[in-house]
Amino acid sequence: MEIILICSLALLLAWPLGHYMTGIFSAGPHWSDKVFLPFENGIFKLLGIRATQGMDWKSYGAAFLLSNLVLGIVAYFLLQFQHLLPLNPNNIGPLSWDLALHTAVSFLTNTNQQHYSGQAQLSYLSQGFLIVTLQFVTPAMALAVCVAILRGMMGGRDVKEAKEGEERDLGNYYQDTVRAVLRLMLPLAAVVAVLLASQGVPSSYQASPTVPVLEQGQNLTEQTIPLGPVASMVAIKQLGTNGGGWFGPNSSNPLENPTPVSNAIQTIAIVLIPMSVVFMAGGLLRRRGFTFLSLSVMGGLSLVFIAAAVYSEQQPNVAFTGLAQQAGNMEGKEVRLGTDLSALWATFTTQTSNGSVNAMHDSLNPIAGLVTRSGMLINGIWGGIGCGFVNFLVYVWLAVFIAGLMIGRTPEIFGRKLEKREISWLGVLLVLPSAVILTFTAITVAFPVLTGNSNPGLHGIAQVFYEYTSAFANNGSGFEGLGDDTTWWNISCVVVLILGRYLPLVIPLLIAGSLAKKRLVPTSAGTLPLFNPTFAVTLVTVILIVNFLSFLPSMVLGPIGEALELSQQTAAVLGQ
Amino acid sequence: MNTMKSIYGSKASQPPIWRPALGLAIIMLILCGGFYATAVTSFAGMLFPQQATGSLVTQNGKQIGSALVSQPFSAAYYFHGRPSSADNDPMATGGSNLAPSNPELRDRVAQTSAALTQEFQVSSSQLPVDLLASSGSGVDPHISPAAALLQMKTVAIARGITSSQLEQLVLQHIEAPQWGIFGQPRVNVLLLNLALDTQYPRQ
Repeated sequence: MEIILICSLALLLAWPLGHYMTGIFSAGPHWSDKVFLPFENGIFKLLGIRATQGMDWKSYGAAFLLSNLVLGIVAYFLLQFQHLLPLNPNNIGPLSWDLALHTAVSFLTNTNQQHYSGQAQLSYLSQGFLIVTLQFVTPAMALAVCVAILRGMMGGRDVKEAKEGEERDLGNYYQDTVRAVLRLMLPLAAVVAVLLASQGVPSSYQASPTVPVLEQGQNLTEQTIPLGPVASMVAIKQLGTNGGGWFGPNSSNPLENPTPVSNAIQTIAIVLIPMSVVFMAGGLLRRRGFTFLSLSVMGGLSLVFIAAAVYSEQQPNVAFTGLAQQAGNMEGKEVRLGTDLSALWATFTTQTSNGSVNAMHDSLNPIAGLVTRSGMLINGIWGGIGCGFVNFLVYVWLAVFIAGLMIGRTPEIFGRKLEKREISWLGVLLVLPSAVILTFTAITVAFPVLTGNSNPGLHGIAQVFYEYTSAFANNGSGFEGLGDDTTWWNISCVVVLILGRYLPLVIPLLIAGSLAKKRLVPTSAGTLPLFNPTFAVTLVTVILIVNFLSFLPSMVLGPIGEALELSQQTAAVLGQ
Repeated sequence: MNTMKSIYGSKASQPPIWRPALGLAIIMLILCGGFYATAVTSFAGMLFPQQATGSLVTQNGKQIGSALVSQPFSAAYYFHGRPSSADNDPMATGGSNLAPSNPELRDRVAQTSAALTQEFQVSSSQLPVDLLASSGSGVDPHISPAAALLQMKTVAIARGITSSQLEQLVLQHIEAPQWGIFGQPRVNVLLLNLALDTQYPRQ
């Protein structure tokens, strides 16, 4: 019941927001210009750019990569020298070089995988200043690339004037990024932060108070209640599909997620912008039907996954068989949230590449473990801001290509043909996830010294697989039992993070750039109709088959094998 | 580099390519990290001073922990909270991270189950799961109403009061799902124990 309410509220809010986003990324004036345009023009002056100046796909991609590189270097040095910088009332020391590098790259790639423990290893400056900034800017950058790709599919902004075969204007990267931050992220985050503070999320620059506990004479005689500008960070970490929490266990921590209402706000915030992007895409492509197609495919898959996860967690944890009441799996979950809200969160957070958790994913029952991993592998049901929808477009292109082969026509989308060059690059995108994730998992599992995991047997393999999947999908959640602050884990994850972030954004940009300059083929009876159930089913099939083929063997070694192992154990316990 | 030229033209005042990238980093640090964080943090702190500073609770004018953070209780005259993998330390929060298949989890639950069945004189099938499962954060301040009612008899005996007197206090402390719909019914252990000390002080 509460699940239906939360999902419909999210959808209801995403609709007008998507419309607003279409407006701010379209050419021509928009009502929000009155408020924001003076600020934006000031910023563009400081940057030394002319916002009206368009970029072709190469310059757009180059600007994207370069601004990431610069931001990454700044982030690395701020983390490395946090002990020398101000705003560190709890006197926290420096990070090791590899941990600082991993942290910088992890937040730069909008992953927010954490190998450190939030409140204990980062100063207020690092958390509240640097990481908050990255959490605003990185989703805005990916959203900008997504918008550019959508413009490319329509032939670019200069489609009317440009000649066939000419590089097209996909917009100005800096204008798009600044607009996304200023007009979208900042106002939304401010609202969410204040709402969260009202529920009890700390919002203060005071040093953390230490107070005695009620029952004295035990091991623990006093507690330090950690404070800080938590609310402002939690707001943007959820909205920006970021996920790194202020506290180690994220939103299971009652200081980060104090009430079921704060939980509902955060759950909606997780899917809000990814859902809005679906509405925005229909607007920018001037095709309502595309929004319906995407919504029904993503929504359908999403609902199936939610149902499976909720069912899974309502089942008892096998380790409790015969030792307690027969009730849902509460290991690693909070009483105020219960199993349903934890399962809903687990599904959304892995589908959207958010990665913050409100229950410990290591202790989920196997079916929910499977759901979370599938969400990350598909990485295009809602998906991370910008990059999720780009992944979805890649699936659409693939489906168009396959459907085109089946009916014996040159595959085309919105009147532009997908030819050899585009298809070869799609092939690279297709092989990339399995190549990267499986190679690194194999290397790590082969050398037990490297793994450092907390669970034996098949779940141990699952932990390693999950960590790399999460890194590649730029998700950031983890089976937290992994001892992952080691040089090997930090460096190998940095490589996976970078591959998983930049290639899946830049290659589609290239494809869009190449599509844009093609001749427009007029619609005819032979055109493949996209907006009908047949194509929707084809698309779902493509999404599922691609991922099955790539990852079924590793799933069998992980959660599926574990589920079989568990049912055997249950039988043994009950047979006693 | 040809494409770059087409962007900035070939004017003499062409800015170096790294300038907007570096500028963006600096401006965003100031705007998001500096301005947003400070403005929102101070504004929210002004609106909700109690909630924004950790929801501390006071007893007799003395601060005694946070309503959002569990505390360890071991005495018979207090209600006990959930098992914690972080020893109830809010600076070191976390769950057990043990998978359902892990024998270590089975052993831990078996031990807890044996201890609880003995302490409350009930069969294991009557034990609420949340009293055996460790929480996600390690500082979950709540237990289920069933878990509170289970402990009632023992606490009443230790305090020298009747179960029915205590039952009323426990029922008062059951929080319904928020706004009637979100979340689970629950009991805040610290607040219940504080009320207990006020209403039925130990002799």
